[in-house]
Order: sequence, then structure tokens, then C-alpha cells
Amino acid sequence: MDSSVATPPPPAPAQKPPRAQKTAQGAVEGSATWAPIDRVGLAICWALGLLFCAIAVAVVVYLFIKGITYLKPSMLVTPAAAGFSQAETGGFSDALIGTMIVAVMGISIALPAGIAIAVWLVEYGRPAALARVTESTIEAIAGIPSIVLALFGTVIFSSTALGFLSRTSEGVVFGRSFFAASAMLSLVALPLIVASTREGLNSIPRHVREASYAVGKTKAATTRRILLPASRPQVATGAMLGLGRIIGDTAIIVVLLGATQNFAPVEGAPFPFNYLRGAGTTLTNFVYEASPTGNLNQPEKAYAAAFVLLLMVLVLNATVDVIHRRARKVGTWSS
Amino acid sequence: MEFLTTPPPPIRRLELEDPPAATQAAPSTPAENGDAPQQQSGFTGKRRSIGAPQFSIRRMEIDEVSVFYSEKEAVKSVSLPVRQGEVLSLIGPSGCGKTTLLRSLNRLTELTSTAKLTGRILLDDVDIKLIEPTLLRRRVTMVFQQPNPFPMSVFDNIAYVLREQGSRRARKKVLEPKVHSALDRAGLFEEVKDNLDHPALKLSGGQQQRLCIARALAADPEVLLLDEPCSALDPKSTQVIEDLIVKLRDDVAVVIVTHNLQQAYRIADHVAFMYLGDLVEYSSATALFGNPREQRTQDYVSGAFG
Repeated sequence: MDSSVATPPPPAPAQKPPRAQKTAQGAVEGSATWAPIDRVGLAICWALGLLFCAIAVAVVVYLFIKGITYLKPSMLVTPAAAGFSQAETGGFSDALIGTMIVAVMGISIALPAGIAIAVWLVEYGRPAALARVTESTIEAIAGIPSIVLALFGTVIFSSTALGFLSRTSEGVVFGRSFFAASAMLSLVALPLIVASTREGLNSIPRHVREASYAVGKTKAATTRRILLPASRPQVATGAMLGLGRIIGDTAIIVVLLGATQNFAPVEGAPFPFNYLRGAGTTLTNFVYEASPTGNLNQPEKAYAAAFVLLLMVLVLNATVDVIHRRARKVGTWSS
Repeated sequence: MEFLTTPPPPIRRLELEDPPAATQAAPSTPAENGDAPQQQSGFTGKRRSIGAPQFSIRRMEIDEVSVFYSEKEAVKSVSLPVRQGEVLSLIGPSGCGKTTLLRSLNRLTELTSTAKLTGRILLDDVDIKLIEPTLLRRRVTMVFQQPNPFPMSVFDNIAYVLREQGSRRARKKVLEPKVHSALDRAGLFEEVKDNLDHPALKLSGGQQQRLCIARALAADPEVLLLDEPCSALDPKSTQVIEDLIVKLRDDVAVVIVTHNLQQAYRIADHVAFMYLGDLVEYSSATALFGNPREQRTQDYVSGAFG
């Protein structure tokens, strides 16, 4: 009985799967059969894609050529100085360091806050009304022009209670400092971090969370050990995009950092608070000032600084790429 | 319409290389003997390599349990015993409430805010409502339909279960024996012992699912719940996991939800057939597949609907 049972029924050779016929024809759909309007649409898509590639390449190539022509290594280490000729006015080391300071401070406020908000929205989100309000608030912040945020920042940081974050003189709070600028810049980065962290958390299938709960783990442990590590690539992408926005912002720097040409440390405060409470500058501000419309009017140095800025952004983009490639090595869940 | 009347194709079962001697011992339970196939239902052939259960201890008792989603009653007053020493299979068409019933055994249904449960579920004579959920879920663990290892190494997948909540403490060295034994019980250790640091999501589907079983076993549970564990797997991996499930039944009470009637026939000792939230029939696998009491069961197992 067993042997007869073990024999599989012979396959029916007459019926071939339809897929084989399709590949035999080798037909790949072409646009030749499309309606004219669709073909025009396709052509426009192609043209626009190529146009934007061309613009991006043009910007990068132009800045590379200009940058390599004008950038001297000494500019990276000499601060700006007053002088009558280009040779006397120094470089932009203060601006370079200033960019790094606001980047680090801004992202170290925005990243934890953004992750926390995203986790709350995705994993908790109760009461639902509060979650909806939070969501629209984040979207609103994303839509506010940074110059408006900057103005708002002057109101906040000029208040007496926050005097310890900037320069004060005879009871008047200056309200412009690295602290003030970084705090407002973190708001520029925050929506990007929230959005990409949410995307990361949402891409984790529900059954993965349940698998963790099903071995007796709490929601907190699951979030910390499973969900956040699993969405690390998206969080990192958000952080990199946010960093890009922070180092690229000019309005907040001009209004809230004082837009001096050099560091203006507060006397009597301990290092590093003397610098962080004082005014300063960043690369974007330097480019603005050094451009033909600015006070310095030395376009060569503007190109050199812009080139450095561009390099930073390119490095950020490359980092995002590396993170994603690494994430692919760890693999993901099917379906 | 011919396919409705002809019986499903016969079951083929690959023989194990070394059939365990356990088959020889006379079963002391009232459960069926595995070799009285009934020709008319189409469920023929050897049921499995390991014979009938040697013993059975009642671990869980489902007592008049109903589960509601908002107003909809997904499970209607179901009573069932869950015993260690045997495999209980829940079968039935999609949406019949079998997965809901399974998930209510470790209170996973509570994650759905609209779900409401009435009736009692006892684990070792204690109402599970009185057991703290995280503790309950370590005693009643679960394996899901999709293989879902955590995005970390094979070793860490098991270590995560062994460690306190979110803690990273308990060194690798300390956990090693337990991790190895969990992998061993899931029949995976020999395949992965050289690659314990590899990302778990790079294993094959069948290995991933066995890792999930190892993970569920690492908590040292009394009951193991399996929700269609083979539906995403190829036949070879399915067979490996089926053999594993039958082996596990002596150490843990096994409850498996399956869409695959052949699978239920191959591995289950008792089968519960559910339809539209009702428990239609609960009996031994041979009885349910060979000689069902209810007409609906007869129709379902003969393929008239599904």
C-alpha cells in the first residue's frame, strides 16, 4: 500500500504554464503603441530628468573648478581679518569652526527629540487627537521659513530668563549666540528626522513587534533593542538630511548668531561657554558676506568657502549611501 | 467541478533515517493509534514517524472563551484542553477565528484595542488574566506565520530572549550554553554553529523559522503556539519543521494553527475544527479526518469548501 501511495501522479505534459509562452515571444512593452499624449508625457519626464541632472552637474563642476582655483589651505586655518587687500583679509577658519559647532549642537538637540517624537507617534500615538496635533505641528514647523523661526528665536532668547545663553550687558540680553542659533536650527532639522524615523518604524512589520512581545518583552525593551536598531538606516538618513539643512541655513545665522566675521567670546565665562554664549559666523554667512552683495565683497573667497560647504554636503550624501549599503547586508523581512 | 468530488492527492511522507523506538511502546492514553486510515476521506498513509503520544498532561484549559472585535464575535464560546505530550491543531477556513483563539492564549489579542475576551483561560489552573502579561508570554511563547528573526546575529536573537527586558547584561560566555541548547532543541545548532555571529535575516527561510522556534523555546515555555509556521516555506523546510514539532510535544504543549489539512493530519494528535467562530468538532486526528461526526467537518476535510 505504501509504495503505491508514495508514487506521485505523473505530470500532465499537455499543459504548459503560460509564462513560458510569454518569454518565448520576448515581448518587452515599448512606447510605440502608446497614445500620443502618453508619449509626450514620457518625453517630458525624460527631458526634465536630464535637465535636472545637467543643472546638478553644472553646479558641482562649476564650484569644483572655482573652488580648486581659489581655495588655499591657509584659508582653512586663518581667521578673517580686516585689511585693504585680499591677501590681508585672511581666511574663514572661524566660519568653518562655527559651521561645525552649530551642526553638532543643532543635531544633538534635534536627533534625540526627533526620535522621541517619532517613537511616540508610531508606537503609542494615544490619545489620537494629541497625536494628530503633534503631527500637524511638525508639518507646520517644516513649512515655516527659517527667517521666521529666527525672528521668533530673537524674542525667546532676548528674554531675561535665558540671559545665561547669550551676552548680557547692564541687564539687557543680547539674545544672539551659538546656543540661540543651534536651538532654532534644530527645529529646521527636526521635521526631517521625525519623518524618516517614522518611515523606518512603519516599515517594520507588525509581527516583528509581536514576536518580541510574545517572548515576554515590554514595549520599551522592544523599542530599544529591536525597533530603533532596525530603523537605524532611516534615522541616520534623517540625521544626515537634517545636518545638511543646518549647515546650509543662512537666515537663522544672520539673525541669531550675530553674523560677526570672527568669534566674539563673552569675557569672564569659562571655556567653552565663553564662545558658545558669544556671537560668531558660519560658512553660509561667510559666503553671503563675501559675495559681491555682501560687506566683504571678495568673490574668490566666497567661491572657496562655498566649495568647502559643497564638499561637506557631498560627504553627508555619501555617508547616507554607505549606511544604506551596510543595512542591506543585515537583510530585512520578507513581504 | 470535478476537483470537488475527487479526494485530495495521497500524502507522501519521507521516512526518517532512524525511526525512533518510541513507536513500539503501547500508548497509555485514550488517544488514537496512528495507523487506522480511512480510505474514503483521502487521508491515507502513514501519519508520521513518531507514533501516538506517550502521555498527556493538561497545561491549559480554554473555558467558554469568546472574543469580540468591537461588535463582531470572532470566537464563540469555545472550550478546549491544551495538553503537553500531544500536538493540538486548529483548522478551519480563513476568518474562522482560529488565529484569534491562538493569540488569546498568550494575551496577544490585548494589543488590539477593540478586542474583548470573555470566559476563562487557565494555565496550570491559574486564570491567565491574573498572570502579568510579560510573564505569561514567557510561559506561553509563539511562532508566527512569517519568519521574523530580529535584525541581529543568530546568537543575539536567542540571547535577547534570555536577557532581562532591554538589558545587554549577561555576558556572551554566560549565555552560551543556553543559546546552544535552544538552537539544538530547534534542530538548528549543527547548521549554524560556525556562523553564530552572522545576521539572522541572511539565513534561509526554513532556518529563519527554526530560529524563531529556538527563540520561542529559549524562554523555556510550557506551551508553544504556532501560527501557520510553514505557510511561507518550501516543502523540504516544512517537513523539517513538522518533524521538529512532533518531537517537541513531549516537552511543551504544542498548539498549531494550520490551513494545510494534510499537515494537520500528519502532525496533530487532536484536531479542533472551527467554522465562523464556532468550535464545530474536536477529536483525535484519526477520528476527525477519518470519520468526522459533523457534516460540516466532513465537507471541509473532503475539500467541499475552504
